Amino acid sequence: MPEINHFRRVALIWLVSSIVATPLVIFLFAPIVPPGQGSVQSSGQVLDNTVLFGLSTPIALAVLIFFGYSFVVFRERDPAAVLDGPAVRGHAGAQLWWMIVTITIVLFLATYASYRTFVDGAGGGQGPIPASVPVPSGQSALPVQVIAQQWQFTYRYPTYGGVETSELYLPEHTIVKFNVTSLDVVHSFWAYQLAVKADANPNVNNVAFVKTRGPLTFNVRCAELCGVWHGYMFNLGHVVSKAQFAAWIAQQQRQFAPITKSLPKYNPTYNPAPTRRGG
Amino acid sequence: MSAIAVRTAAARPLWRRLIGFNLLTAIIGAAIGYVIGHMVIGPAIHAHSLDYIGLTAGQSDIDVLLGYLFGTIGFLVGMGFANYPIRRLLGHPPSLAEHEDEAEGMFRYFTLCTDHKVVGLQYLVGIGFFFLIGGLNAMLIRTELLQPNVHVFGANQYLTLVGEHGAMMMGMITSGILGPFGTYFVPLMLGARRMAFPRLESFTFWLLMCAGVVLTTTVFFGGFQTGWTGYDPLGDQGVLGYDAYIGFFALVGTSMTLLGFNMLATIVVMRAPGMTWSRLPIFVWGVFATAALMMLAAPMLVATLCMAALDRTAQTVFYIAGVGGSNYLYENLFWFFGHPEVYIVALPGFGIVLELLPVFCRKPLWGYRVGVAGMLGVGLLSWFVWQHHLFVSGIDADVRPFYMLATELISIPTGFIFLCAMGTVWRGRIRFTVPMLFCIGWIFNFLWGGISGVFLSAVPSDVTTHGSFFSMAHFHYTIMGGLVFTMFAAIFYWTPKMTGLKLNETLGKIQFWILFIAFNSTFGPLFAVGFLGQPRRVVSYPAGLQFLNDWVSVSAYFIGISMLIFLANVIWSLLFVREPAEVNPWNSKSIEWQMPSPVPLHDFERIPVFDVDPYPYGEPLVAPAPAGGQV
Repeated sequence: MPEINHFRRVALIWLVSSIVATPLVIFLFAPIVPPGQGSVQSSGQVLDNTVLFGLSTPIALAVLIFFGYSFVVFRERDPAAVLDGPAVRGHAGAQLWWMIVTITIVLFLATYASYRTFVDGAGGGQGPIPASVPVPSGQSALPVQVIAQQWQFTYRYPTYGGVETSELYLPEHTIVKFNVTSLDVVHSFWAYQLAVKADANPNVNNVAFVKTRGPLTFNVRCAELCGVWHGYMFNLGHVVSKAQFAAWIAQQQRQFAPITKSLPKYNPTYNPAPTRRGG
Repeated sequence: MSAIAVRTAAARPLWRRLIGFNLLTAIIGAAIGYVIGHMVIGPAIHAHSLDYIGLTAGQSDIDVLLGYLFGTIGFLVGMGFANYPIRRLLGHPPSLAEHEDEAEGMFRYFTLCTDHKVVGLQYLVGIGFFFLIGGLNAMLIRTELLQPNVHVFGANQYLTLVGEHGAMMMGMITSGILGPFGTYFVPLMLGARRMAFPRLESFTFWLLMCAGVVLTTTVFFGGFQTGWTGYDPLGDQGVLGYDAYIGFFALVGTSMTLLGFNMLATIVVMRAPGMTWSRLPIFVWGVFATAALMMLAAPMLVATLCMAALDRTAQTVFYIAGVGGSNYLYENLFWFFGHPEVYIVALPGFGIVLELLPVFCRKPLWGYRVGVAGMLGVGLLSWFVWQHHLFVSGIDADVRPFYMLATELISIPTGFIFLCAMGTVWRGRIRFTVPMLFCIGWIFNFLWGGISGVFLSAVPSDVTTHGSFFSMAHFHYTIMGGLVFTMFAAIFYWTPKMTGLKLNETLGKIQFWILFIAFNSTFGPLFAVGFLGQPRRVVSYPAGLQFLNDWVSVSAYFIGISMLIFLANVIWSLLFVREPAEVNPWNSKSIEWQMPSPVPLHDFERIPVFDVDPYPYGEPLVAPAPAGGQV
């Protein structure tokens, strides 16, 4: 009886299952994985996730099938016997190929993710001097300041007289520049459906860009442990039509006019006295 | 020498032995030290300095921190760690061994004992105890998360549970393999009779126990609300319970530094003739890489927390924004320790898996050098990745591609470990014993841990998954699925050698299957929970996520049940059944299995000479001779 070529069998099983599973993962599973299509940046993240899912499916299958096959086929059938397997201590070719394949995949992933990050900023906080400014020349972004404090977010609109609101409204199809800062401890501004996350640090202006799409209600949550009521630091945000936004912001300006006068002047950061517990 | 020791021990009645330097005197010393620190020295300091310059803040923090410091010193003095230096100062001859002779029996386990086998078992039981507390915390966390709103504990208590669970696991369990199995087996595997610094080895253990107690006392001081990362300036706001966190991690860091140093020294200088670097068991290589990381990373933690303590007591402003400090300083320092730390947790597991696979596949370790390169590569690269914890923090965005690249590069040496495992099982004669099952569990879990790590290392995916339950599920797959599974593999594998008794195989298999299924059923859905928008460490979550959270909580209880089965197995097998184990039940070719069970006091009558590595399976060589002979 000719010896079974186990390796060829494993490779075949892997090839068939990868050909079946990878398109299923890419076309059926990856698109439904959040954050969805709420903004340009969230679509970018879904795309990046799809690439990662697509690549990791055959890799995971290779490892699982290899081990699964080995555990079934190479199991010791006679528990009483203590027999040794072949004394193979390595295989230069296999090791070399493994390195070539893993290094290629890793370099591709790092390059691709870096590229994706710089295309649209990926919705992440980039610090005071953003590396990626996804604002085409001739256009300008709507600046919105996110002020985090224990335990709520408030928002200031510097282009609308620096009015400070407790609700977040954004116009549709607009590039928004979030300037995220904190008045006390470290928070993290997470606009979930917009795929924006930026830490709010005291004394730091952390900039994140997002380009909104159509009307949408999104969740805002704090994503960095900020004390006792961290779990309750959330509210809703809204992407509305440009007309609705104009109406809303005008109404806010009127309503908060007396307060806006006594607010500190708009600044990238505010420097409150450290809230030290003391004693 | 041993004859004299036996006589003295036998001659001493129990009451005489209790008044000596042991756990009892250590506890008394700790109490006295705490009172001195908290009530005498603390008030003495702030009465004369801080009040003088008009500062009244931070007084009780000084008291509590000094209480912990002097309590620890009192404990160690009571344990007898000051005896040796004092005796030497007074001109007495040095004592080379403490409480080593076996006539003292169980008593040795409650003393400063310089026998590495005693310290190994001390570590196993001590860390096991705190592992149990940390695990109980996890059960309580999951109980709170059964409902979307606060219902069992208050928000404050909940966060204390979260912080204590994380700190306990990341602090105490970090030494979970190096402590018990490193201390016990590395000298044996090297052909040595002891560790390089036996007193230090006992010191690291008792210091770690002090740390565990310090963390547990946080509940008396209002707990801490910062999670295990203890970010400032939130920590600066914390009540006195945060001082327990500082004290805990500073002590853990000191213990880890010294343990790593001791292990490195042992591996470098204590190898028997013929135990060349290329014959070192792969487990020892894992310990070597881990120890190097411990020794270099843990001091960073101690320094970070000393600065936090100064901020709270002496009113410095290292981490206070706006007055010269920055929270980024804390984050950078913490993760500069914290990222090597997660590999400190993972690497010993790599070592265990690669050490055990050849035994149960009856094949030599495939690609030994690749495995070594993998471990050293992970160790080296782990210094260059820490800012992937800070991708959205607002730290200079230009450096993100570097940290992305470095983080993804680390999957190359990690892949080497998988390659070695794959090569070793291929065409082996695989025996599915309990330790082997846990190794298989590691392979499966770490695969998902690694793949989910790729999502966190890519900025676009990380923006959504960062700080969510996705990252929490990811590191539980690598740490619990990695370290805890391999800890159990090591326990089932080496208990027959450490105790001379068998653990029940059937109970072990039942435990494995419940743990394996419950583990995946707990942390698998949490990937989804994270993607669906639930941040970490929240006490409330959207009502729509309740089903998934309840599923996870119920699965987590099954993890708890599997731990109870393990506990029952240990108590039943080691205390009641006491079935003697064979000398070499796994037919391993590694040297520790060629020695009698339990291992004799000074390990080897004659120092062995090695001429092969521990994996000559299927090779036409004679099996290693019994201990002391030519190997």
